Amino acid sequence: MAVLDSKIPDGPLETKWSNYKSHVKLVNPANKRKLEIIIVGSGLAGSSAAASLAELGYKVKVFCYQDSPRRAHSIAAQGGINAAKNYKNDGDSVFRLFYDTVKGGDFRSREANVYRLAEVSANIIDQCVAQGVPFAREYGGLLDNRSFGGAQVSRTFYARGQTGQQLLLGAYSALSRQIGLGNVTMYNRHEMIEVVTIDGKARGIIARNLVTGKLERHFGHAVVLATGGYGNVFFLSTNAMGCNVTAAWKAHKKGAFFANPCYTQIHPTCVPVSGDYQSKLTLMSESLRNDGRVWVPKKQGDKRAPKDIPEDERDYYLERKYPSFGNLSPRDISSRAAKEVCDEGRGVGKSGLAVYLDFADAIKRLGKEVVEARYGNLFDMYKHITNENPYEVPMRIYPAVHYTMGGLWVDYNLMTTLPGLYALGECNFSDHGANRLGASALMQGLADGYFVLPYTIGDYLSGEIFTKPIPTDHPAFLESEKAAKDRIEKLLAVKGNKTVDDFHKELGKIMWEYCGMSRNAEGLKKAKQLIKQLRAEFWKNVRVTGGNDEFNVDLEKAGRVADFMELGELMVDDALQRNESCGAHFRVEYQEEGEAKRNDAEYAYVSAWEHTAVDSESILHKEPLVFENVHFATRSYK
Amino acid sequence: MKFNLKIWRQKNAQSTGKMVDYAIDNIDADMSFLEMMDILNEQLINKGDEPIAYDHDCREGICGMCSMHINGRPHGPMHGTTTCQLYMRNFTDGETIYIEPFRANAFPVIRDLVVDRGAFDRIIQAGGFVSVNTGQVQDANNIPVNKADADLAMDAAACIGCGACVAACKNSSASLFVSAKVSQLALLPQGQIEAKERVLAMVNQMDEEGFGSCTNTGACEAECPKEISISNIARMNREYYKATLL
Ligand SMILES: Cc1cc2nc3c(=O)[nH]c(=O)nc-3n(C[C@H](O)[C@H](O)[C@H](O)COP(=O)(O)OP(=O)(O)OC[C@H]3O[C@@H](n4cnc5c(N)ncnc54)[C@H](O)[C@@H]3O)c2cc1C
Repeated sequence: MAVLDSKIPDGPLETKWSNYKSHVKLVNPANKRKLEIIIVGSGLAGSSAAASLAELGYKVKVFCYQDSPRRAHSIAAQGGINAAKNYKNDGDSVFRLFYDTVKGGDFRSREANVYRLAEVSANIIDQCVAQGVPFAREYGGLLDNRSFGGAQVSRTFYARGQTGQQLLLGAYSALSRQIGLGNVTMYNRHEMIEVVTIDGKARGIIARNLVTGKLERHFGHAVVLATGGYGNVFFLSTNAMGCNVTAAWKAHKKGAFFANPCYTQIHPTCVPVSGDYQSKLTLMSESLRNDGRVWVPKKQGDKRAPKDIPEDERDYYLERKYPSFGNLSPRDISSRAAKEVCDEGRGVGKSGLAVYLDFADAIKRLGKEVVEARYGNLFDMYKHITNENPYEVPMRIYPAVHYTMGGLWVDYNLMTTLPGLYALGECNFSDHGANRLGASALMQGLADGYFVLPYTIGDYLSGEIFTKPIPTDHPAFLESEKAAKDRIEKLLAVKGNKTVDDFHKELGKIMWEYCGMSRNAEGLKKAKQLIKQLRAEFWKNVRVTGGNDEFNVDLEKAGRVADFMELGELMVDDALQRNESCGAHFRVEYQEEGEAKRNDAEYAYVSAWEHTAVDSESILHKEPLVFENVHFATRSYK
Repeated sequence: MKFNLKIWRQKNAQSTGKMVDYAIDNIDADMSFLEMMDILNEQLINKGDEPIAYDHDCREGICGMCSMHINGRPHGPMHGTTTCQLYMRNFTDGETIYIEPFRANAFPVIRDLVVDRGAFDRIIQAGGFVSVNTGQVQDANNIPVNKADADLAMDAAACIGCGACVAACKNSSASLFVSAKVSQLALLPQGQIEAKERVLAMVNQMDEEGFGSCTNTGACEAECPKEISISNIARMNREYYKATLL
């Protein structure tokens, strides 16, 4: 059994990263030109890594499934990006950002990684500004900040409601420059569907050209996955339609352990589901909770219009239960509280699966103009979707799947348990523990890509300078290509009666019901059986139209859903073994006065799963989490 | 609701395409346009036909993937809206809806409603950046920017690169797209050093890709889902003259 070595450098927390950088092995410039790196994914993590590695002199290939690297899902992030700049002089510091992130993650993340993240956060802002990212500014010309997601300091940088777009376009411009210079070769509309390993190391990928259907073999001295999160396992989520787990899952099946798969963030402020045809859920930025008040009627089944419900018959439940954080309570707590009141029959709207987010008080206090200036575009967006005017009627919101803290297990170098294979951004598990704080994913993606990997990959590649590029007619490439081809043919050959979406929706329902906002052992055991059955049925009864040698959207989706079916089961296994509640993982059996009850004595570890075979049990490995600089504390927002 | 759909079907870049009729019923007014397309596709698959290929991803109007020409207008009838943000309540019951790909020589059709917009990437690769390597930078607040300029730069940077401006233009000009990037960087101090080279390289690449010329008709601005202002084109022209004449 492999032992997990997190490779955390020795020494005090504050100097680990600088010491590491001073001692890490380097690759000389002449050798860098001979080393090839494959990067799958062009979101914040992938684009920033690709640009930085190419600038250093490595030969880089980048793959993405969209028609341009600029369209990666990172583009959709609205709210902002954290950095410990302390520009507001309100007491922020690297340690405070580190501490907030560890505490927010409910003490289930690795101290050293989180500290490094906080440390490099300031450099990210400098880098982005130099690229021309148009962050919001004050009248004096300096950068503006806001407080976000319940933080008690203002450390969030933003570009209107389009922070992700602007950061991604910055990274995309750096990447484009390297493509133009010939240092990066870009493969748009390509999907990685297999990792190639030779002598226990990752040496390349098999990618499907989505336009022609042709399978391609690509060699790399190292392979980097920056392929985003897997929230779409739930079918409905705030993720872009194409987000999937395929790349990470293929790597998992080739030996990369999958960590904490059950930690899924459910975001409290999304537009509620309106019907069966719903294809995705839209996030309403969390910043709305700065001025909006969340409430439901006190009475069950109260169908009166919100304006007809008098003040004393309303339950502002977040303010009541969590007086010190109120409407700004963290995501997991706010989401669960919304589910609770709806489960009690006090939900609003047609479906009863919604709560009000009310701006009447804010409009009274600040005036409509101020509210419009702050949230105008969000109000327009809401009106557009729901046909209701939030200036007059309170918004209806409900929690939705948003982010996956789990992902490929990586060590301090961001290397997975498969040597030569790295994972960056949302597709790794590294920094957010059991719950991610707002505005930290953008920070992590860019930290990994701009400032961490370019150092840590040298540690591995310095040992590869004598490895000549391996020709892609090597048997390992041919074998992987054949496996990929067989699988595609198998999918096409089923010719059953149900569409890929039918299966995806069913899987989503199982996951949401049993492995969503709250879980219990009995439900999870049931879910495991249901997923197994569904997977068996999928391979007997799915209908995939068209052929392999063409642009075939149905086939693309089928491959992704097939992988989700396997992942779903692992998520359930993980939720079942974690007999505690922590962060976004809420097991109803483990609570105290309605609040999550952690069990630090037994569960302060990262669960890292080793794949054996489909339909066989995975093996659980545990990386103990040692806290030397912070003390376990119960997260209390009361 | 009920609709007659006339949709462009084309197997691949080599084959010729044609409009095909589909009828669809039981459509909810609160459904999005793409959800209506999803339902149509499910029906096609159930009948054993191949679904209609169309680009889409975020469904929030920000990724710029979706690219349909609906009833003769890029992204359809609503102002300042991408295809993915259209709702069926924006159409009338019983209406015939024409759905085509974005049309331009520089955007060849790949399949059905999917086109190749790689030309946009190549224009950015030619110069749509500030040449600064990772780590080579000063503290962010050492570069103060006048708020009015920063806001204008952000207005321009809001471009999602969808190509509606090209599809709307009778000349298939990419001027609005190119000028948005030129303007963003021209308005900021960070963009000054390379201003000259940038505008020359980007305009040159735009011409090489086969986009037409701008004749100030303004259709691009009218159809842009992000309402990017045509004044950016004036700014680009000014930058271009500065680079060639001064
Ligand atoms: C609506 C929304 C709002 C958000 N707002 C915020 C916010 O305000 N602040 C914040 O910090 N975080 C926010 N997040 C989270 C954050 O946006 C993401 O976690 C982050 O952008 C992920 O970046 P990434 O680079 O890891 O992956 P992504 O941006 O998801 O990129 C994945 C890339 O991988 C490629 N890819 C995937 N699989 C394959 C394959 N098999 N083959 C080839 N290519 C592949 C894709 O083409 C894409 O290029 C938000 C998320 C959502 C959904």
